[in-house]
Amino acid sequence: MGGAEMPRRADLASVLVIGSGPITIGQACEFDYSGTQACRALRQEGLRVVLVNSNPATIMTDPELADATYVEPITAEFVEQVIAKERPDALLATLGGQTALNTALALHGAGVLEKYGVELIGANVEAIVAGEDREAFKQVVRSLPEHWGAHVADSVVCRSLPECLDAAAVLGFPVVVRPSFTLGGTGSGLARGPDDLRAIAGAGLAASPTGQVLLEESIAGWKEYELEVMRDRADNVVVVCSIENVDPMGVHTGDSVTVAPAMTLTDREYQQLRDIALGVIRAVGVDTGGCNIQFAVHPFDGRVVVVEMNPRVSRSSALASKATGFPIAKIAAKVAIGYTLDEIRNDVTGQTPACFEPTLDYVVVKVPRFAFEKFPGADTTLTTHMKSVGEVMAIGRNFAEALQKALRSLEQVEAVFDWAQPVADKTTLLQRASIPHDGRLRTVMDAIRAGAAVEELTAATAIDPWFCDQLVALDEVAKLVVSASELSPELLRTAKRSGFSDAQLAGLRRLPEDVVRGVRHALGVRPVFKTVDTCAAEFAASTPYHYSSYDDETEVAPRERPAVIILGSGPNRIGQGIEFDYSCVHASQSLAEAGYETVMVNCNPETVSTDYDVSGRLYFEPLTLEDVLEVVHAERAAGPLAGVVVQLGGQTSLGLAARLVDEGVRVVGTSPQAINVAEDRGAFGRLLASAGLPAPRHGLASSAAEATRVAAEIGYPVLVRPSYVLGGAGMEIVCDDEALRAYLDQHLTRGSAAHAVLVDRFLDDAVEIDVDAIFDGEQLFVGGVMEHIEEAGVHSGDSACVLPPITLGREDLERVTAATTTLAERIGVRGLLNVQYALTGDVVYVLEANPRASRTVPFVSKATGVPLAKAAARVMLGERIADLRRDGLLPARGDGASMPPGTPVAVKQAVLPFQRFRTLDGKTVDSVLGPQMRSTGEVMGIDAGFGAAFAKSQTAAYGGLPTGGRVFVSVANRDKRSMIFPVKRLADLGFEISATSGTATVLARNGVMARVVPKLSEARSRAGEATVVARILAGEIDLVINTPHGATSGGRPRADGYEIRTAAIQRNIPCITTVQGLAAAVQGIEALRRDGLGVRSLQEWSSEVGR
Amino acid sequence: MRTALLALEDGRVFPGEAYGATGQAVGEAVFATGMTGYQETLTDPSYRAQVLVMTAPHIGNTGINDEDCESTRMWPAGLVVRDPARRPSSWRSRGSLDAALAREGVVGIAGVDTRAVTRHLRQRGVMRAGISSGGADVDTLLAVVRSAPPMAGADLSAEVTTTRCYVVPAIGRRLASVAAIDFGLKASTPALLARRGIEVHVLPAWTGVDEIAARGVDGVVCSNGPGDPAAASAAVALVRQILERRWPCLGICFGHQVLGRALGFATYKLPFGHRGLNCPVQDLASGAVEVSAHNHGFALDAPVGRAVSTAYGRAEVTHVCLNDGVVEGIALRNEGGEVLAFGVQYHPEAAAGPHDSEHLFDRFASMVVQAAAADGGR
Ligand SMILES: Nc1ncnc2c1ncn2[C@@H]1O[C@H](COP(=O)(O)OP(=O)(O)O)[C@@H](O)[C@H]1O
Ligand SMILES: Nc1ncnc2c1ncn2[C@@H]1O[C@H](COP(=O)(O)OP(=O)(O)O)[C@@H](O)[C@H]1O
Ligand SMILES: [Mg+2]
Ligand SMILES: [Mg+2]
Repeated sequence: MGGAEMPRRADLASVLVIGSGPITIGQACEFDYSGTQACRALRQEGLRVVLVNSNPATIMTDPELADATYVEPITAEFVEQVIAKERPDALLATLGGQTALNTALALHGAGVLEKYGVELIGANVEAIVAGEDREAFKQVVRSLPEHWGAHVADSVVCRSLPECLDAAAVLGFPVVVRPSFTLGGTGSGLARGPDDLRAIAGAGLAASPTGQVLLEESIAGWKEYELEVMRDRADNVVVVCSIENVDPMGVHTGDSVTVAPAMTLTDREYQQLRDIALGVIRAVGVDTGGCNIQFAVHPFDGRVVVVEMNPRVSRSSALASKATGFPIAKIAAKVAIGYTLDEIRNDVTGQTPACFEPTLDYVVVKVPRFAFEKFPGADTTLTTHMKSVGEVMAIGRNFAEALQKALRSLEQVEAVFDWAQPVADKTTLLQRASIPHDGRLRTVMDAIRAGAAVEELTAATAIDPWFCDQLVALDEVAKLVVSASELSPELLRTAKRSGFSDAQLAGLRRLPEDVVRGVRHALGVRPVFKTVDTCAAEFAASTPYHYSSYDDETEVAPRERPAVIILGSGPNRIGQGIEFDYSCVHASQSLAEAGYETVMVNCNPETVSTDYDVSGRLYFEPLTLEDVLEVVHAERAAGPLAGVVVQLGGQTSLGLAARLVDEGVRVVGTSPQAINVAEDRGAFGRLLASAGLPAPRHGLASSAAEATRVAAEIGYPVLVRPSYVLGGAGMEIVCDDEALRAYLDQHLTRGSAAHAVLVDRFLDDAVEIDVDAIFDGEQLFVGGVMEHIEEAGVHSGDSACVLPPITLGREDLERVTAATTTLAERIGVRGLLNVQYALTGDVVYVLEANPRASRTVPFVSKATGVPLAKAAARVMLGERIADLRRDGLLPARGDGASMPPGTPVAVKQAVLPFQRFRTLDGKTVDSVLGPQMRSTGEVMGIDAGFGAAFAKSQTAAYGGLPTGGRVFVSVANRDKRSMIFPVKRLADLGFEISATSGTATVLARNGVMARVVPKLSEARSRAGEATVVARILAGEIDLVINTPHGATSGGRPRADGYEIRTAAIQRNIPCITTVQGLAAAVQGIEALRRDGLGVRSLQEWSSEVGR
Repeated sequence: MRTALLALEDGRVFPGEAYGATGQAVGEAVFATGMTGYQETLTDPSYRAQVLVMTAPHIGNTGINDEDCESTRMWPAGLVVRDPARRPSSWRSRGSLDAALAREGVVGIAGVDTRAVTRHLRQRGVMRAGISSGGADVDTLLAVVRSAPPMAGADLSAEVTTTRCYVVPAIGRRLASVAAIDFGLKASTPALLARRGIEVHVLPAWTGVDEIAARGVDGVVCSNGPGDPAAASAAVALVRQILERRWPCLGICFGHQVLGRALGFATYKLPFGHRGLNCPVQDLASGAVEVSAHNHGFALDAPVGRAVSTAYGRAEVTHVCLNDGVVEGIALRNEGGEVLAFGVQYHPEAAAGPHDSEHLFDRFASMVVQAAAADGGR
């Protein structure tokens, strides 16, 4: 069987692909990237692709990527329905992260795969278990040939807390807790003593689907490496990429700064890891596809411990794909359907096969992005359990350049090395550096500035001396820059080759950034653009995947077609994630169709936009003014430039708009001035006034005195926030002067007008409405009108919403449409516009208008079947809505304000990461929703009626609503009236109601007998009785309804509610914190009880509605 | 920071900084794409008379250690790198590469746009080049480069071979013995055979067939090495005699080319050669692909898929490179189809590189052990 003749399997006609669901910490859009590649690859092979993914903000759920796209909950029950209906030949579950893998195992366990004759391709059950079950895996490692020197850390499997404590006594503290079948280190941690162990192991046992955890001797401080391996059915195996963690063992790879390729291994050690990796993938039996193997290497004697393997495409695979140009997911899909690696072409060279090992002539650095500021009280120490919400990648011709580019890609001032700030003393800094934390390298650099030597740094941090020395070298260059008499070309070149930005140089020279840039350009010191080509230039590359570097020769090819540069949205963070990448990708697609050469600029390795074949050209670059200007310069030199799109990348690209225009760059679509009018709340207020559109009373204040005056004027409660924010960063509802002053102390410190605060009248009990629309200068196309389920006050990103709106009347919609048109005209929108309204009584207040792609664009597009971002991109470049209706990109008639009959109801539910964050004493952080956005992702439930759609959204988000059992109710006084009817309904449905005394009394008066449960605060008084918290933790409650008593302030909620809610989170049972949410839940429960829930593909829905 | 120059035969010049030994060096500019193993690479005699361009930007990170040398010295004339390590880091490191290069007299240049050099060589083909950190101006350097001898037609074995015979004893029980003709032998080759119970007699390139016979070995290894196989007529003559004696024979790289010529095939110069650790080679019989280490500028011109009858038996191509179809392996079979001799253009001994092809030593070991048994183990 000569490889050349081996065909792809002819016995497969249709494949079911499972996605990874909502974006959560540890499972982000890298799985949209891999899923999208897989679906494309499978369809190219003429296979019928059936997809299940509950996340509407993904490219993979675009109807054109699969033959049948099910935006349904990813649970064994729902997937079984899809299987029963579609009868696929095979299931590919290795590209949807842990979610898909575990669902596949569940389906196997339930006998579903067998029943319907569905073959698991990619990795079979045995392989998945051998790879994911930590103990089984250790056996595999022990079975490898002695002389390979593959060890495992000593460990004991435990199924209960007592077992854990005994085991720890044997292993000795510190011990590492590692649950099986989880990812992102869910439920794992480093326990220094019995108390840690109880807290961590408790969570770990709960987190592991198999209810078992592994207690393991700690090897924190060892060097940590990862290898990405690919195998085909002919047993050809290649290592795609090696990755070295700068942060040694003890910090989750997802939270570590990592480098590719490995920097501090000799060939002898590297080949040892490679031999082991090949042995492991063969022994585990991942017969086709990619997997990821992690190693620990002892820094002083080179002993090798195999940490784990993930028998699936992982976060690191996405990183490795972007780092090497080798499309792991796509190739994993092809080998899964029977191709051998030598039969698959390497798209990058176009001539060589995929059966090789990429070699890099550059260095790649990945840096995680955290969001601790969003979770007050959360423990910020980095450990074995992943806490980052996103990451950036940068490419340079050396480590220093790549690292500095990565740090500035984070878009966090405090992240980049800065020599202006004074530093504390060496010992303090070394001490601080010894505990892993966000920005640790910055601390290390400060220690260097304070005189720490490489040996001291390594002793304190266990970071390899080579990396420490690289930082020392940076410090030396910085000092050179400071002391030099002038910015000579040589000096600039040296600094640039070490990755210093113009801004950093400006800081060192005490000059304005643009002056430094002016000098640099005058001296002709400019970057060149190299190509990621998988082969270190051994073969010509056909894919223009570029990165900048200060070297001699550039590789940007000249072109005829006019180019459009699309600025991406940078690292995922709370408030700005995959939704924006979705819009960027769509813009790229539709502009390419319109005949433009599309040029993508982004630095997020998890995304589809940074896949080299999504756009005409890809620049993997930081999204700073300097880096973008250099790309613009290079592309202008290459050919005609139609303009730059800034509306789609969220605040990242938007923030650059004005300065780009100042630099003479053509920004297409809504002009930066117009954007400014909408973003600057003062100017916006005036616009609303002149347009006669009602807005909450508001004022701007840049001093405490001013703020209290404004607040007095408009009356409490008020909503305060810094101007220019996204995701409601630093936004709070305050009810009195004291709370206001407390807030201002926090937020006015940075002084400066740029940090003025806005004070808005807070609208109580208002219905929030979100509108996404396109405006071409004359006509408005309403994409969708979304009615929020929670009242205004809960950030639009966190509240559930429904489309089409369920309680709004015709005239409400007409008013909203009219107001949106007026706003679009007055602001001067060309392209997308998102407006948030609050409806109280029958006044429609304008909360804010965002003349840019909003978080809801993908949800609206999925729910209505209209590709908003694609249409908007064309409008930005001058096309008319009328034209687009004619071309069929937009429906011939009608729009989102007037949905055709039969339109399904879609519910968007946010997914919140509270499970992930624990306070120092091991409790989870509070889960009350507020104007600060904290969700990491979203799911969509779609069905004919609201109840069913809502129930699906809940199942998809957290496992779902109960259909019976015990409900616990405790609501704030203001909510007591409105909770009566829904709770009564639950009682009628047979739920057993228990409540805190106050709530119980009100219920009793309304004929609902509720069992009274003491609150924590009452517990002492009534000895003997179990408190609410105890009962929740004991699993005696199936649904918690708890609305916060009074407004939360500074993230400090009232104790009782907090204890109750966190207990609910720990047990992972639904916890409803608003009365509107309660009403919706009751409808959902009724739907569940009435007739269960069916599945239907997006394609079916749209043919039904006749779009 | 002293400046230095890299000048290519066709006049392209790259500025940089002095690195390693200072002075002037001239040779054939070639690029190697491995990301690890600079120590093994620099001590590989096949790099004799070459100016080695490393495509991996960071070189020297793990310093130099006592275990990883493939011969007693470093061979390239010059070394071109982008970012040399300021400080090595490895628990096995005994010193910095910079110091070792200086000690060994390898003239280096750092800070060069090595990717630009590589693309130039890929597009124009390898060519002579010179490095000067001795302050020579471009024109004088170019003059020297252009007057240097070209690689084509160069017979370099004599410059790299051992002058005295020595024996690498078998590890564990001695099952058989082989002669290894040193055309530029890498230490890993005898080491890997020894590990398989094979005693290895390493002999100079000019050794005669009778000397080999006198040692009563059960097989012969023709090693890798520098130079143009077309110029190695003496070696070819020797291999013919070896084949006449029907000794099991393994040819590696240069040794494979010589074996090929002995079987009547021609060799030719590749435009820019294969030098890396990631090259896919396919075994035409099984279809299996090995990721292998390569270091060759010449290749065999033999027909793929068609056996050729020779004075010694039927010769056929067994392996090809999937990147460009270059012949990577040949085998000589007797009438019964048994393999009498085989050669591989790549490096089963790796060092540096993946171990996918190590099994070839098992194959050769069993051939010689059989031969030993047949001879009643002289
Ligand atoms: N025995 C150990 N001692 C110290 N750190 C460990 C140990 N085992 C794992 N870790 C750390 O925990 C992290 C997560 O462990 P891993 O098994 O990779 O879980 P996940 O499946 O979440 O990736 C690893 O990246 C490593 O840094
Ligand atoms: N005046 C107000 N009254 C009640 N809720 C408000 C008011 N202004 C804003 N909000 C709430 O705060 C959330 C965030 O405000 P928004 O202006 O959308 O900030 P962002 O720019 O972060 O989206 C909104 O979704 C809404 O729920
Ligand atoms: Mg894992
Ligand atoms: Mg891991």
